[in-house]
Amino acid sequence: VNGTGEGKLRRFDVGDALSLVAAVMVIVGLFMALVYAPDAINLPAGPVRLTQHVFYFHVASAWVGFFAFFVTLVGSVMYLWKGERRWDILALSSVEIGVAFIAMVLVTGPLWARPTWGIWWTWEPKLTTAAILELIYVAYLMLRAMTEDPERRARFAAVLGIVGFIDVPIVFGAVRWWGATSTSAHPIVVRGGGFDIGPKMLTALLFCIAAFTVLYFALLVWRMRLERLRDGIRQLKQTWRGR
Amino acid sequence: LRFIHQVLTIVWKDVVAELRTKEMLSSMFVFALLVLFIFNFAFDLRVANVVALAPGVLWVTFAFAGMLGLNRSFILEKDQGCLDGLLLCPVDRSAIYFGKMLGNVLFMAVVEAIVVPVFVVLFNVPFRWELVVVILLGDLGFAGVGTLFSAMAVNTRAREVMLPVLLFPIVVPAMIFAVKLTGAILDGHPLLRVAGWLRWLVGFDIIFLVVSYMTFDYVVEE
Repeated sequence: VNGTGEGKLRRFDVGDALSLVAAVMVIVGLFMALVYAPDAINLPAGPVRLTQHVFYFHVASAWVGFFAFFVTLVGSVMYLWKGERRWDILALSSVEIGVAFIAMVLVTGPLWARPTWGIWWTWEPKLTTAAILELIYVAYLMLRAMTEDPERRARFAAVLGIVGFIDVPIVFGAVRWWGATSTSAHPIVVRGGGFDIGPKMLTALLFCIAAFTVLYFALLVWRMRLERLRDGIRQLKQTWRGR
Repeated sequence: LRFIHQVLTIVWKDVVAELRTKEMLSSMFVFALLVLFIFNFAFDLRVANVVALAPGVLWVTFAFAGMLGLNRSFILEKDQGCLDGLLLCPVDRSAIYFGKMLGNVLFMAVVEAIVVPVFVVLFNVPFRWELVVVILLGDLGFAGVGTLFSAMAVNTRAREVMLPVLLFPIVVPAMIFAVKLTGAILDGHPLLRVAGWLRWLVGFDIIFLVVSYMTFDYVVEE
């Protein structure tokens, strides 16, 4: 209560709202994943059954990661087509979030795989695809960092944003063919339109996916604002120098 | 037809420039030999089943040597200001792309024409003519997207360092197909037995040639 009421009567802000919803949903999601969702009774008791609970965040992160890179593809195509900076900002912001979430996938996966499979890692299609995906988009960020001219940086990044995304299904297909003789060890939860898990587990999974998607959009809004602020500062500096 | 003539002119330009110095071919060749030697000691290839390791050794060698060639491909153009000249030419940008790409495939093929016999002798594997088809298709996939990235990498701060970081993750599928096919051929299977893999490799080549052709304009645009 500072008298002016400015703080109270602030206009509705998408970033704030999304952040708030995301924060609540992620906390509830944590509860859903750890408490609400029952233990997988078909798994042996002990660490295997316990670590199965990472599944909810693992799948949700993977979904957000792929979705983020898809958004980058859209931003990249639109940038090359229209040449507007905002599409470049969208592509860049989405890549950074996607890299973070796929990194999470690559960490949570082995955490579960080690007790279940006895190994941290195997060259299985989904794992390999996720790893190569991560490398492509880390290269995307490096390419941006290494290109001086902003306009050229945006063009190069857009080209990689397109080429990289096209590569993903091919990598997946290639690795699947490569290991066609051995059966894949990665669990398949969605099969032929149905889900291979119990109703409570499904609720928890869908809730976590929703929570992470909201989180994605919250991060995206803030990251895009940050980039626009940077642009503003750059412009201010230039006008200052020009005087 | 005019287009093909323009493409071939650009290839010819690269060939003449290379024949003057022979810098790229000789360095690629010596480098490829060194990689083969290093593999010999690193893997100790005097194991019972050399053929099991041979396809991987061969393609890693090609990929490394090809990387050298791709790096030089646009650095020369850039440093001598030749790229600006090319862009000012009254030819379609895609002619520049296909010219440079075919030049890169050609250089890789020349080096491989010498490396493969050495490889056959050193590692005591059988040579079969089907290999030529697979190697050329693999080169096409590698140089197809490699030429695009090379034009990008040359305009970045790190240049030589940037290209492998960009290119290797993307060409992983092509490497998988090529290694599989090479392995099948060295095992003595006829090409038709592995037609599925061949189709994948050709598919990769076509997809990335088209995508590179479509995006090359944006890379060289000034």
